[in-house]
Parts: sequence; C-alpha cells; structure tokens
Amino acid sequence: MWRIHSALWCWALVWMWTAASVEGKEIQLLNVSYDATRELYNEVNVAFAKHWNERTGDTVLIRQSHGGSAKQARSVMEGLPADVVTLALAYDIDAVSKNSKLLPADWQQRLPENASPYTSVIVFLVRRGNPKAIHDWSDLVRPGVAVITPNPKTSGGARWNYLAAWAYALETLGGDETKAKEFVARLYRNVPVLDTGARGAATTFVQRGIGDVLIAWENEARLALREFGADRFELVMPPLTILAEPPVAWVDRVVKRRGTEEVAKAYLEFLYTPEGQEIAGRNFFRPRRPEVAARFADQFPVVRWVTIDGVFGGWAKAQPTHFGEGGVFDQIQAVGR
Amino acid sequence: MAGNTPRRVRESHRKSQRGAEETPLVKWLLVGTAGLFLLVFLLLPLVNVFAQALGKGLGAYFKALEHPDTLSSIRLTLLTAAICVPLNVVFGVCAAWAVAKFEFRGKALLITLIDLPFSVSPVVAGLVYVVVFGLQGYLGPWLADRDLQVIFAVPGIVLATLFVTFPFVARELIPVMQATGTDQEQAAMTLGASGWQTFWRVTLPSVKWGLLYGVILCNARAMGEFGAVSVVSGHITGLTDTMPLRVEKLYISYDSTGAFAVASLLALLALVTLVAKTWLEWRQERQFEAAQHVETSTSRDEGTGPT
Repeated sequence: MWRIHSALWCWALVWMWTAASVEGKEIQLLNVSYDATRELYNEVNVAFAKHWNERTGDTVLIRQSHGGSAKQARSVMEGLPADVVTLALAYDIDAVSKNSKLLPADWQQRLPENASPYTSVIVFLVRRGNPKAIHDWSDLVRPGVAVITPNPKTSGGARWNYLAAWAYALETLGGDETKAKEFVARLYRNVPVLDTGARGAATTFVQRGIGDVLIAWENEARLALREFGADRFELVMPPLTILAEPPVAWVDRVVKRRGTEEVAKAYLEFLYTPEGQEIAGRNFFRPRRPEVAARFADQFPVVRWVTIDGVFGGWAKAQPTHFGEGGVFDQIQAVGR
Repeated sequence: MAGNTPRRVRESHRKSQRGAEETPLVKWLLVGTAGLFLLVFLLLPLVNVFAQALGKGLGAYFKALEHPDTLSSIRLTLLTAAICVPLNVVFGVCAAWAVAKFEFRGKALLITLIDLPFSVSPVVAGLVYVVVFGLQGYLGPWLADRDLQVIFAVPGIVLATLFVTFPFVARELIPVMQATGTDQEQAAMTLGASGWQTFWRVTLPSVKWGLLYGVILCNARAMGEFGAVSVVSGHITGLTDTMPLRVEKLYISYDSTGAFAVASLLALLALVTLVAKTWLEWRQERQFEAAQHVETSTSRDEGTGPT
C-alpha cells in the first residue's frame, strides 16, 4: 500500500508545482506573428516593455506565437486570443476580418504606411561561391537546380516568392500570362521540399543542407548569414524583386474583451518610432522612416521592385487567382504530379 | 521402452543443435542485419541527440534547460501528464473491467472505440477539437461569450493528449483481466466480500503489473505527443508549448544546443520507460515462471507415480 501512497504523493507534488506557476499577474499581450519575425519581436518586446513601464508604471509581458502566416491567421479565426496580429501579408489579416469579424475591414487605414511599419524584399540565398551560378530568376528554372521555397498555401513569404517569380516572368516574356504560368510551373518542378513556413524552408536549406538556392525574405537570408556565417552562404540580389509589406493590426474584439486596447495600440505605434524602426533595421527589415533607413543604407542595396498593387491588382485579386482553391498554384501542382 | 526414451530425446536434441550449426552464415547474417539496422536507425540518432546537446559543454547544456520558456514547457508537459495519466487509469480500469468480466451488447463497439486513437492520425485528433471548440466551430462562440478558452490553451492540450493516450491503459489491462478470469472474484463474492472489496483486494492486485505497464506507456506518450498537441496549442511561447513543441521551436530558431538539450530530456524519458518496461516484463515473467514451476512440479509428481 505504501507504494501506491507514495506514487500519489509524487503526483500531487507535480500538480502543485505545475498548477501554481501557470498564472501571472502583469498585463499580457499576445502577438501572433509569422515565421521570420521571431528575432525582431524578441527585441521589440523588451524595448516596448521598458518604454511602457516608463510611461505608465505598468509591467507588460508580450507573448509570441510564430508560424506560417496563413496558418497563424487560421488559428486567430479559430480563437487564438491574439491582441495584435503581425502577419506576412495583408490578405491574411483581411481573411481574419472577413471570416471572423474580429476586426473591421478598414484595419489597414488605421496605421500609417498601409499599416506596414517595415518592409522587405525577396532575395536568393546560395551556397558559398555560388557553385550553380545563380544570379536571376531565369537561373532557377534550369534543370538540376534544386530550389527551396515554402508552400504558398500556408506561408506568406512563399506567396511573395511566387509572385516575385511571376512578375519577373511577366516582364521578360512580354506580359504573356500563359508563358508566365509555364515559367513558374518549371520553377516549382525544381522544388524538392515545400515546407509550411519560411523558417522551416530556411532550416531545410541551411541546417539540413538541402537545395542549391533558397528564395527568402531579405531579413531571413541576412539572419541566416549572421547565424551561420558568410563563409557558408552568399546573398544574391535578383535584378527584379517584389516589395513585401508585412502589415500589423490590433484585434478589436480580443483587446476589448481583455481590456488591452490602449497597450496594444501603443505596442504597434511603437514600431513606427525611431527606436522601433532602429530595431527593425538591426533585424534586417527595411525601416520606413527615411532617416533611419539612411543609417542602414549599405545593408539594404537599392533594387528595382514591383508591388502587389502595381502588377497583381492587390491581394484581394492575387490571392484567389493564384492561391485559392483550384487557383494557378493548384493547377501547377496538379500538372507537376 | 523405458531405456529407449532418453536416447531418443538425446538424439533429437543433437539433431536440433546440428540444424542450428548447419547455417551459421545465415544466422550471423540475420543477427548482423538486425544489429546494424538498430545501430544505424536507433542507437546512433539517440547518441547523436546527447552529443549535440552536450556539444558545447555541460554549462551550455544546463543554461539551455534553465531558460524560462523551456522550464515552462517542461512544467506544461508534466502538468499534462499529471492530468492525463490518472484519468486514463480510471477510464482504462473501468473499460477493461467491463470488457473482460461482463457480457453486454455493444462490447465489440466499445473495443473498437478504445482502439480508435491508435488508428487515427494525431493531426486529425487535434483538428477534431478545433472543429468542436474553435471560434468557427460548434461550441467556440458559446465558449467565447463566457470567456472560456479551450483550444490554444491548456485544456485543449490536455484534451488532445487524452485522446491520443486513451487506449494505452485499457489495451494493456484487457488481456490480463481476461486471462485471470472471474473465478477469484466469484470466490471472493461467495466468501462475503463487497463489490468494492473484491475490486480492491482481488482484481487490482492481480493486474497491478499490467496496470503499471500501461501507465508507463501512457505517460511516455502523454509527454512525447507532438502532432495532436501542435494543432491545438497555438504555439504561444512560454504558455502553450509542451516539450516536443519547444524542441521544434528551438531548432527552428537556430538554437540547436537548446533544441537537443530538451530533446535529450525526452530521450532520457524514453530510456527510463524502456528500462521500466523491461523490468516489469522480467518481473511478470518471473511471477509466471514461479506459478508454472509449482504447476509442473505437481504434474511431474503425478507423472512419476505410475512408472
């Protein structure tokens, strides 16, 4: 009998230890973000907590959740209690607004610069010495080049990658949609693994050593360079790329329910302050403020880019055409199989 | 006749030995293949986990484990197991008792249902709860109005873990209980024991090793589950990450020391489980042998009588 009793006691102790420490007392914010912003928000959160404490005397603890952008949007729709969403592209926040009415449709007008405090572009990361001589999008469709990019169905970064390739094809092939589709289809035939998120794809390329080229966010590529050294990888800036605007928004229904509206707004506005912009630049996101951007000029070379609104008529049009059920990406995948 | 028997036995014994000696090549080939397979696919990865975890020294290893988010994931994993294992013990004992000791309609259905989590992909198990408790699901809006969070919080993780660990205790107990039969209970009943006394003094002791075995397996799975938990967790760092999720998160954040440090804890859990499992099997076998020994010695006495 004593054995059963001692087992029960052990169990009760584990219970007390674990149950006692689940709750906290300070203000908590949940920032639901996409894959490539882990390091950025680690730094932003510390700086903002300090800033908020100086301003109000309250302590604020910001929790983070990361994953493929569409997957994260889906979780928020299903009830992940995000005070703020900081996703990879506007369409994912639109989807949250449309399907779950958690925030109003005009969310993108509530903050400056299309509610995108920082931007990025799509670049290539190749192995040291660029053994496959990859310089432009046309090099990615050559036979024998293994391209790593995540799945556009679940990843925001992957959709930017896809659209950048499409924009290049459209421009070089004389604006012919059929030829552009053929080009992109050839590119995806060179992709051995479709990860669910940008970070998963980066891990596949960098840590597992699969593939000749990774199509990635500029910030993601530079982070990989910093973490793993420029002696193993090289960044290649394609002559034409796309300007990615990752937007941010507070989630009205959640912040009203939790009484965190003020701090959530302040958190997002903090991203636009010189301090917030500086942190973005340090984490390889292109700052919006010109004076901050100027300080990082050598880190962010001037490139020619297209925008989602310019070439694709905005996300509201691009998303269903390319990534919707039965859209162009599905057709490409079906042919590939 | 009596003189013949031992020789024949000896001959057949020799023959069987020769049979084994005739194909040493095949024998070693088989053993070698199995050994190589285990080495490459089980042992090396396991050793590698520890090598990677300790690659930057013991200091870095413990520092990685002391990270508050890692500690919180360990805590959550223990909490989940502390809820799921007892619940599954209660359910498993009830179900096994019902199945083994009683005849009723729908028994086959009950057994099939118990096995369901084995055959369903864990991801589906997680999605089921999202469909039921999600904001777009059946109960989600009602729960949200009452400020109750089920998925993307601890209750959801516990539910998903319960689902996948459901069969372990029951599955271990059913055969043991069926094997012991109902004779002892009936004897206890006729001697005037109450239902509760019978259960506590007769049924439970006879299945205790099987029960413990089920508990150990259930615990290992509860702590190690990834797929189902991943779907319902919401991946909030420091809040809804269990140890397996934490391993993935650290790995993906380019922190391989941290990832493998947590992974080494899970690997240790696996080793402890393995040792406990082997010990229990040995224990059971010894009990069984002891019982056999008593039986055979009595039967030999009976056999030698006539000669």
